[in-house]
Amino acid sequence: MKGIIVDDEITARIILKQVAESIPNLEIVEDFAGAMQAIKYLNKNVVDVIFLDIHMPDFTGFDFIESLKNPPKIVLTTSDRNFALEAFEYKFVIDYLVKPIELDRFEKAIDKVNAINLVEEVAEPIIKKEVQTNNTEDTLYVNIDRRLVKIDVPSICVIEAKGDYIKIITEDKSHIVHSSLKKIEEKLPYDSFLKVHRSYVINIKKIVDIEDNSVLINKNVIPVSRVNRNELKRRLNLL
Amino acid sequence: MEQPNLSYIKKISKGEIEFEETLLQIVNEELSGEIDNYYKFLQENNYIKAKLYVHRIKHKMSILGLEKSYELTNIFENSIKTNNFKNQEYFEKMLPIMLNFLKKI
Repeated sequence: MKGIIVDDEITARIILKQVAESIPNLEIVEDFAGAMQAIKYLNKNVVDVIFLDIHMPDFTGFDFIESLKNPPKIVLTTSDRNFALEAFEYKFVIDYLVKPIELDRFEKAIDKVNAINLVEEVAEPIIKKEVQTNNTEDTLYVNIDRRLVKIDVPSICVIEAKGDYIKIITEDKSHIVHSSLKKIEEKLPYDSFLKVHRSYVINIKKIVDIEDNSVLINKNVIPVSRVNRNELKRRLNLL
Repeated sequence: MEQPNLSYIKKISKGEIEFEETLLQIVNEELSGEIDNYYKFLQENNYIKAKLYVHRIKHKMSILGLEKSYELTNIFENSIKTNNFKNQEYFEKMLPIMLNFLKKI
């Protein structure tokens, strides 16, 4: 699990990094003194959890949450107990830690994040299946330069996340569309498409070959995350 | 007056002396600047900014094991917005105590 810290106090960031070191599956990949730097980072990178201070000058933690297009899980950190009720109005806020942060309380927060991730992992394919039964269209219309362009869904090979955009690669063309992997995934048939990496959804019917951590589709080598490897194997017709 | 201690820092350091030293150095540096800013904004009657620095100093109190001072400062912080300044005298007396503790260790 990858996380970032957003807190204007160096002291708070050092303490959080220290307690985070005790959690085996948690890696703090970056820490930021201000919300703007964190937003820039999140426009280009995906993380699983943000440890976010509420009290920051100019741009509060709540402003920060509202500015995010696809917020990951958020654990609020604050020296103020008064914001707890407001904090939980945001569905992405998983927990609320009062400073100074104690290790056992921090571990509980991570357990909550893990538990919610697990529930979502189990529920996601079921929800997708339900969506799919209601949406069996073979065509998808995407908005490109104010035109609705028709794409033949079975011809889609790969969809790649590119910041606020996605690149849809079909057998003979590619399209850049202002959307997210999550949104397009909901429109695609569950039995054909699979997210194999945080930046890639593939059409599993188009796979040419598979190596340990990548697949070849239409001359594109697509990385496969360790966490998605088993699901990919499960969905393929293996001999 | 309540006296600072290292119990919280020792607990999270898990015996890493280097971490303890780094943290104490940074707490000292940040606290000095925060105290200066608190007095500066208080003098300018900029209570919103002064309150922000009280909030940050309150966090430093909790790191230095000052539980009672933390609670009293919490009251002070919340009273600033109503121009009440409850516990201001106590809060300001704690500031040199914290700085002296950090200088001595």
